[in-house]
This record gives sequence, C-alpha cells and structure tokens, in this order.
Amino acid sequence: MVVELRGARKRFGEVEAVKGIDLAIDAGQLVALLGPNGAGKTTSISLMLGLRRPTGGEARLFGLDPADRRARSRCGVMLQESGTTGVLTVTEIVDLFRAYYPSPLPAARAIALAGLDAKARARINTLSGGERQRLYFALAVCGDPEALFLDEPTVGMDVEARRSVLESIRALSAAGKTIVLTTHYLEEADQLAHRVVVIDHGVVIADATPREIKARIPSKRINFSFDKAPGESAFVGLPIQNLEIADHRVHLLSNEPEAVLRGLFERGVTVRDLEVTGADLEEAFISMTRRV
Amino acid sequence: MTAAPLLSMLLAQTRCEILMRWRVPAFSLTNLVLPIVFFTFFGLPVAHIVRGDGVSVGAYLLASFGAYAVGSVMVYGFGIGVANERGMKVDRLMRASPLPALVLMLAKVLTALVFSLVALILLISYGILVGGIHQTPAVWAAIIVRLVVGSLPFIALGFAIGYWSGPNAAPALANLIYLPLSFASGLFVPLNQLPAFIQNLAPFLPSYHYAQLAWNALGAGREALWVSLLWLGGYTALFLTLAIRSYRREERAKFA
Repeated sequence: MVVELRGARKRFGEVEAVKGIDLAIDAGQLVALLGPNGAGKTTSISLMLGLRRPTGGEARLFGLDPADRRARSRCGVMLQESGTTGVLTVTEIVDLFRAYYPSPLPAARAIALAGLDAKARARINTLSGGERQRLYFALAVCGDPEALFLDEPTVGMDVEARRSVLESIRALSAAGKTIVLTTHYLEEADQLAHRVVVIDHGVVIADATPREIKARIPSKRINFSFDKAPGESAFVGLPIQNLEIADHRVHLLSNEPEAVLRGLFERGVTVRDLEVTGADLEEAFISMTRRV
Repeated sequence: MTAAPLLSMLLAQTRCEILMRWRVPAFSLTNLVLPIVFFTFFGLPVAHIVRGDGVSVGAYLLASFGAYAVGSVMVYGFGIGVANERGMKVDRLMRASPLPALVLMLAKVLTALVFSLVALILLISYGILVGGIHQTPAVWAAIIVRLVVGSLPFIALGFAIGYWSGPNAAPALANLIYLPLSFASGLFVPLNQLPAFIQNLAPFLPSYHYAQLAWNALGAGREALWVSLLWLGGYTALFLTLAIRSYRREERAKFA
C-alpha cells in the first residue's frame, strides 16, 4: 500500500477543508483526484505527504509516518505554490535534487522527461511559467522514486508542453510507478487515470473508473432561447440535469446533447440561439452531489 | 539502500547554497567588497599610527572590519536569505523532499562560514598588501579563527530576522539592526571618539564583545576572553530563542 488515509480530517481554524477521507492507493495505480478549486485536493495531498498533520484520522505513506525520511525517499513531488531560488541553472538544481535520492535517474534523462532539454543550461529565473512548471516535474521524477505526487501538474502549460508532460506521466505509469495527481480537468483525469477519485467540499463523492465517472458527470451545457415558454413537461424523460428556465432562456446539463435536442424538436419546442458547450466541472459536481 | 547518504546530501546542498549566494551580487558584493571599501575610507588613512598600548591602529581597524564583515555575512545572509526563500515558498518544496531540515540548515551555516573565511582572507590580504600592516601569521590566524567561531550569535540573529520578517522588510530590518550595532560597538570609529552615552552603551552590545575576540588577539582587548565569550553565549541564547519562536510560529501556520 503506497497511500492510506483513514478517516483523515483537516481543520484550518473555522474551516474544515477535509472532512473524513478514506482512501487507499496500491502500488502501480494511477489515480486522479478530481474536484473544483477549493474542494480539498491539495489539502488531501498535503496530508498524504505529511506536509500537513491531520486534525483527525490518520495518514500513512508506504506504511510509515509520511514525514519519515524513508517514506519521503520513495516519493517525488510537484506542488502548487512552491518555488525555488532563481539563480541556479536547470541542470544544477536537478543535480541537487538527485542527491536527495538513493538511486536517481541521470540528470539529462529527468530533464528530457520534462521536455526541458533546450533549457538545460538556462538559469531558473529566465524560464517562463510553463517551463518552470516543467522544471518542477523534472525535480519530481529525477530521483526515480516509486511514487509521484503531482498537484495540478499541467497548470500554466501551453498545449504542447501539456501533451508532452501527460505523455511522460503515462510512460512512468506504464513503467510501474504509482502516480497520484490532482486536476480540475475531467478530460485530463479521463485521458490518464485508471481510477478517479472525485472530491468536493472535503469529502470523496465518487471513486471509480474514468468511464463510470464520465457517465455520472454531465459533460455538456445546453443553452437556448424560445418564443413560447416550454413547460416542464417538455423535458420529462430526457437525459438532463440542472434544468433552469429564466429570462426567456433555458439552461441545462446533459451527457447526451444530441438526444436532448432530438427530443425537444419532436415535442415541437422552438429552439433559438442554441449553444452547446463543455460543462463547467463546478456545476457538474453540484448536480452530482445532489444525486448522491 | 532506502535513502541517500546524509553526507552527500550535505555536500551537494552546500555546493548549491554557495553558488546561489555567489551569484547574487547584493550578497557577494555587500559582504566581500564592502568591508574592504569601508576599511579603505576609515582604516587606510590612519593605518600608520600606533596606539598608546603599542598596537597599530591599522591592525586594530582591520580586526574591527573583520568583525563587521563576518557579522554582516551572518546577519544579511541568513536574515535576507531565509526571508526571501520563505517569500518564494522554497520551504514547501524542500519540506516535501527527502532532505532533512537539519541538513539544509547545516548547509546554510557551512556556506556562511565559507563566505566569512573568504571575506576575512580578502580583507586581511588587502590590509597587508595595500595598507602595509604587519602582524605575525599566528595573530592573523587567531583573529580569523576567533571571528569565525564566535559568529554564532549573529547566525542566530540572522535566523531570527529571516523567520520574523518578510522578504520586503528583511533587508531594511537587517540594516536597521546591524549598522547601528556596528557603529555603536566601535567597529567603524574607535569607541573613544563616539558620544559618551554610546560609550556607556557599547559594553552591553553583542558586536562589542564579538570584536573584543579579535582585538584581544592583538593585545588591545578591553576585557578577558572568557568575559567576551560569556556575553556572546548569552546573546546566542537570546537570539536563538527569538529565532525558534518565529520558526515555530511559521511551522504552525504552514505545516501544522
């Protein structure tokens, strides 16, 4: 067992950020912690890594206290809101972090995994935000640890960087690493993970395969205007959630927008200024918590 | 092997800490060059004079600026360095790494000792070569060893400033504390030329007793070595208490 949270709670003053999470992650799994901002993902990772102490329950890392050096030596981490002094070069700081681990990767290999080859000799303070994020990825993998903890690994990366880092994550997972990452992109979790743990308001609201999660989370938002207000009955039996009719406009969520529109047309509902967009995870979760 | 050997961690960390400090001119110039500049203005013009007790004024002021230089490495290096790293949240990443906090701190202390040694060697070489100041190698060695070993209270003061203030306030606070402290302890201008109330205040200041270590090696001390050491021990305890208190406050806020 790599990670174990047992009834873990974390309170910051008046706010309880994590309200009793049970989670066990086996070696070799690639788990995505999915949830909107402020859901408790970062706090959960901090508890797993011993960066924060639970106010209730327990956290274990490789069966040890997460702050134990033997446990830490088996983990690579990439954190949000952490920095590094800027005057070292990429290779210098990767070499430094390699010295923290018993059997690290060659520096060039770690830098290549992060797609930073071209910047290997650049000083850190000359890197762009996305490049810096890739550097943190290199620091996480350079020790060749058994487990990787990646808090929002692709934040601030451009499309190309993001693709290459996701590819590296996949390759590391295929090589048998245990990977725990947080994201608020459903597609990212879907593309990568074997297992998606949905966290909202400090509790686990779903723990399943990406396919099951996708089926439960409405992925599209449909908005349209109408000439004659359709009654609620026009929507009965259609695969929709979060229906709202306000200001001569209909708002709803669905996983099957085509079926919804076909149904509406068959029932003679006039549809104007139609918009079909990807649903915001935040609102999708609201519908999910309502159903659970 | 389940973890990397601590000694190789310490060496790698110290190497990088030295590089990091060296590449920040605000640190390297301030601490390596400024004492020489000060000595040029305050020391060189009077270097040839011999004091009543037979000690050369040049050697006396070289010892004074040596004390100023080492204290400055400690107070500015740790004060501003630690505050900056906290500001950039380096501590969060380091905390999650397998590097023990104690090894990191030791690497920072070693780095400061290296810079102190370099600062002293540069300053004394300058005094010998440009100022024509002569002392036996044993005396120079005693000054260097005493100033390096006795710098503990300033390391503690640096940590206290670094953990107590933020990255914007730290340089101002370090200056506000360290410069007046140095002046009032007679490091820049001999004590007997300072206003009377400062002459009365000086024997209560850490820099005063710290400089005594070096003056003492020249035979120009105003107190026995053990008295200086006792004062410095007391100040170390005081500053360390302040540093630990601020450190714990930070720990509770960030990592509890």
